[in-house]
Amino acid sequence: MYKYDSYDQAMVDARVEEFRDQARRRLEGKLTEDQFKPLRLMNGLYLQLHAYMLRVAIPYGTLDSRQMHALADIAEKYDRGYGHFTTRQNIQYNWIRLEEAADILADLAKVEMHAIQTSGNCIRNISSDHFAGAAADEVADPRPYAELLRQWSSFHPEFSYLPRKFKIAVIASDTDRAAMRLHDIGIQIVQNEAGELGAAFYVGGGMGRTPMIAPCINSFVPLDQLVTYSEACLRVYNRYGRRDNKYKARIKILVHELGAEEYTRQVEEEFAHLLDQGVEPPLAELERIKAYFEDPLFEAGTPETIDRSDPDFALWVDRNTVPHKEAGYVAAVISLKPVGGIPGDATAEQMRLMADLAKDYSFDELRVMHTQNVVLPHVRKADLHALWTALDEAGLGSPNLDTIEDIIACPGLDYCSLANARSIPIAQKISERFAETGKTATLGQLKLKISGCINACGHHHAGHIGILGVDRKGVENYQLLLGGSEAEDVSLAKITGPGFDENGIVDAVETVTSVYERERQDGERFLDTYRRIGMNPFKEALYG
Amino acid sequence: MRLLTGNDLKTGAVTWWTGSDWSIHVEDAADVTGGEDEIARREEAARRVNSPYAVDAEMHEGSPRPSHIKERVRALGPTVRPDLTLKPADPDIGNWVI
Repeated sequence: MYKYDSYDQAMVDARVEEFRDQARRRLEGKLTEDQFKPLRLMNGLYLQLHAYMLRVAIPYGTLDSRQMHALADIAEKYDRGYGHFTTRQNIQYNWIRLEEAADILADLAKVEMHAIQTSGNCIRNISSDHFAGAAADEVADPRPYAELLRQWSSFHPEFSYLPRKFKIAVIASDTDRAAMRLHDIGIQIVQNEAGELGAAFYVGGGMGRTPMIAPCINSFVPLDQLVTYSEACLRVYNRYGRRDNKYKARIKILVHELGAEEYTRQVEEEFAHLLDQGVEPPLAELERIKAYFEDPLFEAGTPETIDRSDPDFALWVDRNTVPHKEAGYVAAVISLKPVGGIPGDATAEQMRLMADLAKDYSFDELRVMHTQNVVLPHVRKADLHALWTALDEAGLGSPNLDTIEDIIACPGLDYCSLANARSIPIAQKISERFAETGKTATLGQLKLKISGCINACGHHHAGHIGILGVDRKGVENYQLLLGGSEAEDVSLAKITGPGFDENGIVDAVETVTSVYERERQDGERFLDTYRRIGMNPFKEALYG
Repeated sequence: MRLLTGNDLKTGAVTWWTGSDWSIHVEDAADVTGGEDEIARREEAARRVNSPYAVDAEMHEGSPRPSHIKERVRALGPTVRPDLTLKPADPDIGNWVI
């Protein structure tokens, strides 16, 4: 994985000292909160419901064990012993003291991490496929391109005050595991008929209060023009994106209002202008970055067979491991979704265990998934039982990847000052209900996503089943949505009808799964059945 | 009644104006109806509180209870982590919030 060079380290170290001075001046009263707020936000420090919250960037979700240990140490030393992995592949700490925030950033800098651009109207942490470098179906490892864009976008002087925040995802396979088309820019590394690699650009997607699926504006940008084309996309947005209304300021609104064709025309015009401006870094830089992402030394001839005599282990293997490009290996998913637990939360002890297991079994690498789980990307099949045993003993062995128990949930009203309703208790009740009834297994793949407000951090628009918490005259109310997907078959979920209270929404979810069980045909997922039979049978069952 | 709340500048902890000082316990909060703007200005200028604002509340079993659930969650702590709330030993505290 990528290692900082002296420039990276100097930039991050300088930012720590700059922030230390800013925080000191705020504490001494030399800066007002209005003056300080944009400065702290540029370093990922929010003032949330109970305390300051620090969001730490995990570029494209990739970590090594040293970094995961540092995150555990921070949880223990500066917070309350845990952290929350987010849908941007980041981690958040909920109980931070302003007087200690600079010390945390200094600790992060020691392990090549930071919280820069995890907030504010800038290009945020770039996300990617959590199976990058392991997936059998990718045309290339997408992370070098994500890293190149990370370097380009870090402290970019032109794009530090965009009309609104800006999110980029990079993938390199036809299977979309990163919700690519629901980003401001989604980039898919593709291969043309001549065998050359290029980048397909999808621009103007997003969730939030106005969900949109990004249209493809260019199906093949040569990779030696990747940064220049990205710059052109951003320039047009920076110039014409609305700054008068924050609810209409995202690029999706600009692309929608201009029309994809006109937006593309303007991007191409800007791109032509930029081509001879020297924006693109030399290819040698990309090659330098690529060298950090070379395959680890996989062991040839490692056994393909797995002893499945322990049924609990066999179930975990079936549910939580996915095929690897290398024979004898799998990618193993560590579920952070125990039944009745808080999706995405991990204690310091659990983080340390995951770090140690990565070192022992996965070439010292971990990935944070946008679905709030953690991946060990390169595990020998021969090591799986030992790995599972260690995970299970620590409460990390839940066999529920992509099931109805594997719920994405934002922090909601339990932690977030923007939220209108609590998300986590709903996730807890649903996972408990389905574990109790034993229906989890029979439902197969069913992606359920919960947001506590219209900002959609819990991706409710993209859930096979989505839940949106709203405030109805001071009382929590939950809308039910069906039919969303953030995968390659991307679609936006539709609201079923009137909302439900806290217990009613759990019953409603069970009701729609019963309709699916009644109506499904061979091999159909919940989403497939919904798409075939439409909303009405579900509405009929819910509302009569 | 109206309560004045904000966050401690150094720690970020939720605090409530008691009439003479700031407390992390909402039951110590005083009614500030009519005086909230002046107190907020003065206390923020002295850096004894960060981003103060007033909220509606009612008296409930002898103590003030914010009217909106968001403020009740703020006052107590996350409902999903009773061990981290201000009253981890009170089994009925969930009813106060919800």
